[in-house]
Amino acid sequence: MFSNQLFNYTALAYFVAMILFIAFIPTKNKTVALVATTISWIGWVLNTLAIGWRWRESALAGMGHAPMTNLYESFVFFAWSILIIYLLMDIKYKARAVGAFVLPVAVFFMAWGQMMPDHSRAIQPLVPALQSNWLTYHVITCFIGYAGFAVAAGASIMYLIKIGREEKSGATNTPAGGMLAMFPSTKVLDDINYKAIMIGWPMLTLGIVTGAAWANYAWGTYWSWDPKETWSLIIWFIYAAFLHARFTRGWVGRKAAWLSIIGFAATLFCYLGVNLVLSGLHSYGGA
Amino acid sequence: MNTKKRSFLEALWDFCCSLKLTIITLILLSATSVIGTVIQQNRSPEEYLRVYGETTYRIFETLGFFNMYHSWWFLGLLALFSLNLTACSIKRLPRVWKTVFNPVLVADDDLYRTLSNMEEVVSKQSPDTLKTKIGEFLKANFAPARVTEGEDGKVHFYAEKMAWARFGVYVTHASILIILIGAIIGSVFGFKGYVNIVEGTETNRAWLRGGAQPTPIDLGFTVRVDKFSVDFYEGTRRPKLYESIVTIIDDGVEVKRDRSVIVNDPLTYKGIVFYQSSYGPAGDPSFVLKVTERATGESQTYNLRQGQPARLPGGEPFRVANFSENFQNFGPAARIEIMPQGQQVRAFTVLQAFPQFDAQRGDDYIFSLVDYNQRQYTGFQVAKDPGVWVVWIGCILLMVGSVVAFFLAHRRIWVTLVPLDGGKTGVKFGGASNRNQPGFELAFDEMKKKFKQELGS
Repeated sequence: MFSNQLFNYTALAYFVAMILFIAFIPTKNKTVALVATTISWIGWVLNTLAIGWRWRESALAGMGHAPMTNLYESFVFFAWSILIIYLLMDIKYKARAVGAFVLPVAVFFMAWGQMMPDHSRAIQPLVPALQSNWLTYHVITCFIGYAGFAVAAGASIMYLIKIGREEKSGATNTPAGGMLAMFPSTKVLDDINYKAIMIGWPMLTLGIVTGAAWANYAWGTYWSWDPKETWSLIIWFIYAAFLHARFTRGWVGRKAAWLSIIGFAATLFCYLGVNLVLSGLHSYGGA
Repeated sequence: MNTKKRSFLEALWDFCCSLKLTIITLILLSATSVIGTVIQQNRSPEEYLRVYGETTYRIFETLGFFNMYHSWWFLGLLALFSLNLTACSIKRLPRVWKTVFNPVLVADDDLYRTLSNMEEVVSKQSPDTLKTKIGEFLKANFAPARVTEGEDGKVHFYAEKMAWARFGVYVTHASILIILIGAIIGSVFGFKGYVNIVEGTETNRAWLRGGAQPTPIDLGFTVRVDKFSVDFYEGTRRPKLYESIVTIIDDGVEVKRDRSVIVNDPLTYKGIVFYQSSYGPAGDPSFVLKVTERATGESQTYNLRQGQPARLPGGEPFRVANFSENFQNFGPAARIEIMPQGQQVRAFTVLQAFPQFDAQRGDDYIFSLVDYNQRQYTGFQVAKDPGVWVVWIGCILLMVGSVVAFFLAHRRIWVTLVPLDGGKTGVKFGGASNRNQPGFELAFDEMKKKFKQELGS
């Protein structure tokens, strides 16, 4: 399939961009970062084309459903979502070192997808339960939400590294030098963390609502405390706590960063762990 | 005594309003919710005893871990969360209400001092000229201003944008309470049940879910299933469609006829919704078999139920011993046993898709499976939830409210003209935004530049 080939190139582009972002930190060479960003954009465009092409291939095969129905498709869509949120943040902040901490997540999922056997990557017809437009809305909103949290967690890790080093270097008030010189200021990192969650949280809310609407339409109950549902509520609570914690003075910076990392760990568990460890409704169509 | 009591109430009120309580409740809710995803919910005591053993079972049972989302302490946490939400909103709403509907039109020095975006200029133009100019400037670049003229000759401008965005957060908070109310309405006045109906039969009852004993519930009308079918994608066993054809009979009248119920397209009647959810075989299937005598070529047709004995033209007894709707991916197949007296049983499989296949066996009689009839039952989830609309309204408000709360800002600008000696005017202006301060700062700086041009010209 041509779309698979496009996905291969996407994975390659993200990988190269990731290496360049990492190389940017010690070399401090702005051109490297610019090239990395350009390649990220190219990768994202390829990713978009690949998803579109796969959709078309599914239509040609007489199915015509959005490519968001099994684990492989969710991986490539998650990578797409992470990149778009990251690139939007890049337009706003131009804090290129953040790429070194966000791109690896996208690369990880693309690589996992590429390593899957062919039958897991094949376009499958939809079982009756998945034959609904709600599926598309539900998946898009959830994954953009997850992606917001991924970017927030990347910025939070950078924040913790940087603030730790700054505090160790004493109260000299000089920003950390060396490798950390290319990190954006802790203030910017804290802001990226907050802004990415500000995008992620309403999207997750919408994801939960569309999921509930779909469940109500398909099974007659909008909420059944299924493990996946419950975990989505858990991450919703965590980020709701995060957002409220912003309003009290004690919870910015370090505590906010930790909450964001815990939130993303819970998100990953909600995304993958629930499928692999716990039983429930969301099994990604046997992938 | 009286003051002490009051202070206790005050302390309680402060506790209910505190943001710390919000954060702690949210973290507790998320942490405890994990328990219910790790321990399977609503299973039988035997199953739990087997998994956890006597002691652990007793502890978990006491703590309500086996139905924890309905346990007193989890519902208590949710109630505390709602109380906190309500108290917080009540405490803060009046101030916000005042800000929106009764804003400070006249900015004094104290107010200007609190604004981080603030500027003071002396203009050579007279207050009167500036008054019209500034009014037009604000209208063109920001929003129409309200003008207040003080007795001391000072002129005050107040302009604002999206004051209503202040209510976003309260809409969000209210929406959560509305969703919870909808859920309570659903659980008090609605039910969740199921019913299995065999093709060609009808029922007027469903069975409640979740109870220790199956409890029937009267639907108030009759549901008849005329047909159930499963379609598969060509060449695979991947299900494409589960479909029940249903007729609803109310008071002896067929009110809905031949209605198709499929997954993701439920049937609603009188607020009760039927969802296609399962199916299975109902009783033994029956078969149409053709048996051809190899020697003569004569054939005979049999109509048999599974296990029902019959005799071949030669007198040997046989029966259909077993049946599969999909035998090793070759489709429907019957297992036939010929049982001659005193001899060994001859058993073989015939496939509906390959009528000539049995000839290869080399027996005196060639069997083929012409048709079969396997009656199915179809399983419906049956639900009634009068609170669901309340929940959806809550969900919509939740989305609208949080988008407004996060992304829209209430921006305000004050301008004060102070007449100075020699026809000059002292101009003070400042602005504030309740969200996105950096963004507002940029916009304010831009406006400041234009504003100064205006004052200079």
